[in-house]
Amino acid sequence: MAETPTRSAARSAGEAAPARARRSRGPRTPRPGPGLPQPPDTAGAEAPDTAVPAAPDTAGTLVGFYRQMLLVRRFEERAARAYTEAKIGGYCHLNLGEEATVVGLMAALRPTDYLFTNYREHGYALAKGIGADRVMAELYGRSTGVSKGWGGSMHLFDAEARLLGGYGIVGGQVPLAAGAALAVSYKGGDDVVMCQMGDGTTAIGGFHEALNIAALWDLPAVFVVVNNGLGMGTAVERSAAEPELWKRGAAYRMASARVDGTDVVAVRDAARLAVERARSESRPYLLEAVSPRLKGHSVVDPARYRSKEEKDALKDADPVARTARRLADAGILSPEDRDRIDAEVTAEVEAAAAFADASPQPDVSTLFDYTYATPVAGEQRRLPADPVFRS
Amino acid sequence: MTTLTLGKALNEGLRKAMDDDPKVLIMGEDVGKLGGVFRITDGLQKDFGEERVIDTPLAESGIVGTAIGLALRGYRPVVEIQFDGFVFPAVDQIITQLAKMRMRSLGKVELPVVVRIPCGGGIGAVEHHSESPEVYFTHTAGLRVVACSNPADAYSMIQQSIASPDPVVFFEPKRRYWDKADVDTETADWTPLHAARVVRPGDDVTVLSYGPAVKTCLEAAVAAGEEGRSVEVIDLRSLNPLDIETVTASVHRTGRCVVVHEAAVFSGYGAELAARITERCFYRLEAPVLRVGGFSTPYPPSRIEDHYLPDLDRILDAVDRTFGW
Ligand SMILES: Cc1ncc(C[n+]2csc(CCOP(=O)(O)OP(=O)(O)O)c2C)c(N)n1
Ligand SMILES: [Mg+2]
Repeated sequence: MAETPTRSAARSAGEAAPARARRSRGPRTPRPGPGLPQPPDTAGAEAPDTAVPAAPDTAGTLVGFYRQMLLVRRFEERAARAYTEAKIGGYCHLNLGEEATVVGLMAALRPTDYLFTNYREHGYALAKGIGADRVMAELYGRSTGVSKGWGGSMHLFDAEARLLGGYGIVGGQVPLAAGAALAVSYKGGDDVVMCQMGDGTTAIGGFHEALNIAALWDLPAVFVVVNNGLGMGTAVERSAAEPELWKRGAAYRMASARVDGTDVVAVRDAARLAVERARSESRPYLLEAVSPRLKGHSVVDPARYRSKEEKDALKDADPVARTARRLADAGILSPEDRDRIDAEVTAEVEAAAAFADASPQPDVSTLFDYTYATPVAGEQRRLPADPVFRS
Repeated sequence: MTTLTLGKALNEGLRKAMDDDPKVLIMGEDVGKLGGVFRITDGLQKDFGEERVIDTPLAESGIVGTAIGLALRGYRPVVEIQFDGFVFPAVDQIITQLAKMRMRSLGKVELPVVVRIPCGGGIGAVEHHSESPEVYFTHTAGLRVVACSNPADAYSMIQQSIASPDPVVFFEPKRRYWDKADVDTETADWTPLHAARVVRPGDDVTVLSYGPAVKTCLEAAVAAGEEGRSVEVIDLRSLNPLDIETVTASVHRTGRCVVVHEAAVFSGYGAELAARITERCFYRLEAPVLRVGGFSTPYPPSRIEDHYLPDLDRILDAVDRTFGW
């Protein structure tokens, strides 16, 4: 009988055997213990099996988080304005309300870790260390943007920053992240792949396929579901048979937890635990961060499907205000500090918008530059009928 | 006669179909309470209830698969795909099941499923939101594929598609959703679903198109007319089956043909047309069949899309070239 190539055969034939010590297969022992910090209305999560490194955060770290969160906030507000001024084309989905989640998650990653996100990713790009000017220029579709204007708001991509893409197709990124984690596993090293997605995404097939693969193959991947309560206009309870989304990890015997996504430190801690587990044990993790979406699905969505009560309740959930209050109460953020930080990030964002506005549009002649690595015979690059391309 | 936008005409057509047949169901993401991202199903859940206008989870494969199961048991589901690019997760179900169940059941089951797909660019969106995926479906035997281009056709064709015993992939020209025209909602005396229509008669050259590009072709025909060229424009309306008789009758008269679509030219629907016209009208042709369409690249960002989409200049240029052979 002919040998069918199998994954293990491919692996032994491949360039390198996995350098990471792989856990042996077999049923996993449930791990009891204390749960992660929970938002009041959430159930317990599978317990962490490693203690969170408990070095207390310095005032500098905490204020730094606040600064980043405010940067995301002001950036998104500026983007919304630019969008209504028709400076930004396409669709534009904002992280408004998700700032603590964004910043907390990114704080748990090393710069060398990989990140996949959905289309709601401006904040992630900023917090992953990409300059506000290059992100804004991409939103504006300009050639100085992270993707030279070819990606736009939904498809930021920066290999250097190890942002392996924002994805416009819901769930498109999830199996890819598993693949990138398999590559880490094959190549060795201790990088981790984080894959962000929304609550609605847990309904699509790719999510389940990828989580099963990641758990089966012990991949160093952290899947993060940002549960903002809505997939467009559909509430989680109306789209998920198990609306406590972190529990879906159980189907794959994947460690999982839910965290209050408006608490930046809690998110960072939960993510750190997940990331370190992936890093040191090569095991995947499913983290759910519960975090409000303050505005519509995208800039053009007035969110009429939300009641007034729902909209009012959002104000209390605002993570930026909440963090500011907390830091003020702890005596590490004075009103003056707050104003200064606000002025600084606002200036940064304004400068980014000015930079974007002054940047050139991509040249039409580059339309064909990125489809194939080398010219393809029969590729329809130019039609004689195209005056644009004639000169 | 009432004046309706294309979007509203679809809405009225769906409403009529639901009124006429209690087995007609609508399924999709945010089609109920929200009325769909383009508001095509606006108000239908309110009037027909949550069991007939079903808000689904975000799961295209699951939605289409469920629709197939419903159809196997006698329902007539109409599935909304939010944007062209989101149909791909469902393509598995469409190609491997929907298109093949009739054959597998030796004709015992009917598959009256309609998959509505807003298609094409021109609204300043990006990849996934501006694509023209029709040939993936025209290439698949077992599917009927149609594309409306104006409000009156939208109103009739959606009802005809729902009445079809075979699955229909129904393309809607999203940038024309807001176009208005008179629609006769009193009559059901419609052009057959799979018939093409001469939308502007002419003598010198035949321009073939469908969906969103038809309007651009009509504008090009007016411009060509001012330059003394008489352009006949045919709206194909149905891509599979193709009304080749209407097409060849025209090309036999004019001897020249240009095909226009937004989808990439390479392996596009125009290739099928060019081959068939060449087979049937070889001795009548004064020039090869020319094609105007998108390029072999992913759909570009909004700043570039004007260059990507076939426009007046490119159509007129092709028309001119058919005279230069
Ligand atoms: C396959 C696919 N289907 C539908 C859509 C349209 N769509 C874009 S975002 C979205 C809701 C996603 O919700 P969620 O995963 O919760 O992410 P959020 O927008 O809340 O961040 C939908 C239905 C899409 N982009 N891709
Ligand atoms: Mg959501």
